[in-house]
Amino acid sequence: MQEISNRSSIRVIEKIIDETPTVRTLVFSDDSLSNVLPGQFAMVWIPGVNELPMSVMVAEEKGKAAFTVRKRGVSSTALYDLQVGSQIGVRGPYGNAFTIKDGKILLVGGGTGLVPLMRLAKFAKPENEVIVLMGSKTKDEVFFEDLANKILAKNKHQVIACTEDGSYGQKGFVTDVMEKLIGETKFDGVYTCGPEIMMHKVVQMANAKNTFVEASLERMMKCGIGMCGSCCMDDVLVCHDGTVFDGRFLSKSQEFGHTHRSKAGILENY
Amino acid sequence: MSPDLSTTIGTLRLERPTMLASGILGISLEVFSRIYQSGAGAVVTKSLSKEPWEGYPNPTIVGIKGGYLNAVGLSNPGAPYFAKMISQNKTVPIVVSLVGSIEEDFEFMVRQFEGVHVVAYELNLSCPHVEKVGLEVGDDPSLVTKIVRKVKSMTKVPVISKVGLGTTNYLDTVKAAIDGGTDAITAINTIRAMGIDVETQRPLLSHKIGGLSGPAIKPVAVRCVYEISSKYNIPVIGCGGVSTWEDAVEFILAGASAVQIGSAVGDRWIDVFSEVNDGIANYMKRKGFSKIQEMVGLARNF
Ligand SMILES: Cc1cc2nc3c(=O)[nH]c(=O)nc-3n(C[C@H](O)[C@H](O)[C@H](O)COP(=O)(O)OP(=O)(O)OC[C@H]3O[C@@H](n4cnc5c(N)ncnc54)[C@H](O)[C@@H]3O)c2cc1C
Ligand SMILES: Cc1cc2nc3c(=O)[nH]c(=O)nc-3n(C[C@H](O)[C@H](O)[C@H](O)COP(=O)(O)O)c2cc1C
Ligand code: FES
Repeated sequence: MQEISNRSSIRVIEKIIDETPTVRTLVFSDDSLSNVLPGQFAMVWIPGVNELPMSVMVAEEKGKAAFTVRKRGVSSTALYDLQVGSQIGVRGPYGNAFTIKDGKILLVGGGTGLVPLMRLAKFAKPENEVIVLMGSKTKDEVFFEDLANKILAKNKHQVIACTEDGSYGQKGFVTDVMEKLIGETKFDGVYTCGPEIMMHKVVQMANAKNTFVEASLERMMKCGIGMCGSCCMDDVLVCHDGTVFDGRFLSKSQEFGHTHRSKAGILENY
Repeated sequence: MSPDLSTTIGTLRLERPTMLASGILGISLEVFSRIYQSGAGAVVTKSLSKEPWEGYPNPTIVGIKGGYLNAVGLSNPGAPYFAKMISQNKTVPIVVSLVGSIEEDFEFMVRQFEGVHVVAYELNLSCPHVEKVGLEVGDDPSLVTKIVRKVKSMTKVPVISKVGLGTTNYLDTVKAAIDGGTDAITAINTIRAMGIDVETQRPLLSHKIGGLSGPAIKPVAVRCVYEISSKYNIPVIGCGGVSTWEDAVEFILAGASAVQIGSAVGDRWIDVFSEVNDGIANYMKRKGFSKIQEMVGLARNF
């Protein structure tokens, strides 16, 4: 059958992995999404509810793809609540990808922002050294720690969980831990995804050290394909020109770290 | 010498004959500026309402064979916010698209743009998927006349009326807009349409019925441009399914002085403007035309 671009294909959830009390990974068969570049996303239709942008998660088996969702508002909760056998629609992959660098790599993720970083970790060559910082509020909300260790088994690596309340791993924000690391070590590449305020700090710190840095941004997305304009930031469309932008671009942005847009397109402060 | 791509739509002069269609991209001046620099002769804003509108839940835009279905629900930040946002504009030819239900809505909105650099207003009399505005206004010819007359009385810049296919014969809507003093007509908007996913057995759009755009509607739009420009002495902007220079030339030969491009941006990105412009220029060279106006409506000679 002829594929129609930008139309959803229906997939069936085959497996659900509980990551934390509020985060689940949904696994389904999809040859195309199973092979995407690190950082790319898909538009996910939850029939009868909404369609949301989701980063494509790594799935362990060949031919499988996954999304990792945190239950927040109505739509993400509906996705979270789906059962094995439920149908979702997916279109994509969309967006650009992280530029893969060699050498010492630092991944800084907060919450479900770890999703694209896990895929990026899979692309690391065995000779690269990788440090992963994972931010969460508390011990219960730490996830992907085992998975990251498994993905990076062939690399010299470190996976550092950071909790805001200090109930597990290092106490504090990932940015506090990063500040110490980047003071001691010269990295060849820093990659970040998570809350924008966090990414803003990461980018500033890396820029101050003249270290290559990329961030994957989240904006209100309706079409995902550069038509509706809802995801614009400065003169770029995050869905089409991003979602990954480099430190040089971000340091010049008037909006990154400061504002985002409402569903009506009004700029609001963070 | 390369042919002159400038064109005039009544008193509106554009350097190039391709415009960004309303509702596509840009709610920011920076994006408009980028699209202008990439080759569009002018950019039309999303249709603005008096107050901010969130629009419908997703899916709001889906790809189908031959184009797209959309029911965005006219999501927009509202005319007052928007006017402030573009108040620094000096260089970009922005056409402000407005949508409302009654004369007073338009009066309120036009007032917001006093002192702001805009090159024209486009009145959306044709959005097919939001109640009480758009097509429902277009389907009421006496209301159309009143709204156009009101806006005309408030501004010196050209007023363009965008018509589509509703329940009233669109030629009557055109006539009503001309009676109100409209300077030009844009034809057409999307056409009411629907798609259903056979696996889930559900409508594709959350709003169920939306508007069809893209190559699938081009022959209909070409027909409308041809009919309007044959029947009335009014400049027409062709809109609906333009994605190549051939499409644009077809509209011009049918009677359009310029074309708007919407859906093709989704497939070809904003490079589409310069691609279409270059194609038109090559065609003009090959056929010996030196100005766009020499080609407008030539197909009506047969
Ligand atoms: C590129 C990208 C990748 C993402 N990847 C993930 C991921 O891997 N895992 C994950 O859990 N979340 C991800 N998100 C966030 C996700 O899309 C939702 O924004 C989030 O789940 C909150 O949804 P909600 O329905 O609970 O909305 P709420 O926060 O409750 O907001 C209410 C409404 O806003 C709308 N909305 C909110 N955010 C967006 C948005 N970004 N785009 C469109 N509509 C929105 C929805 O219609 C929703 O009903 C990603 C976002 C982007 C832009
Ligand atoms: C996503 C989307 C949003 C649109 N929003 C508007 C709008 O706000 N106002 C309007 O007059 N037309 C709107 N339209 C219609 C377009 O301006 C245009 O008339 C139509 O899509 C046909 O042109 P095309 O085939 O080049 O897309 C929208 C179309 C699309 C696809
Ligand atoms: S989400 Fe529509 S343009 Fe980016």
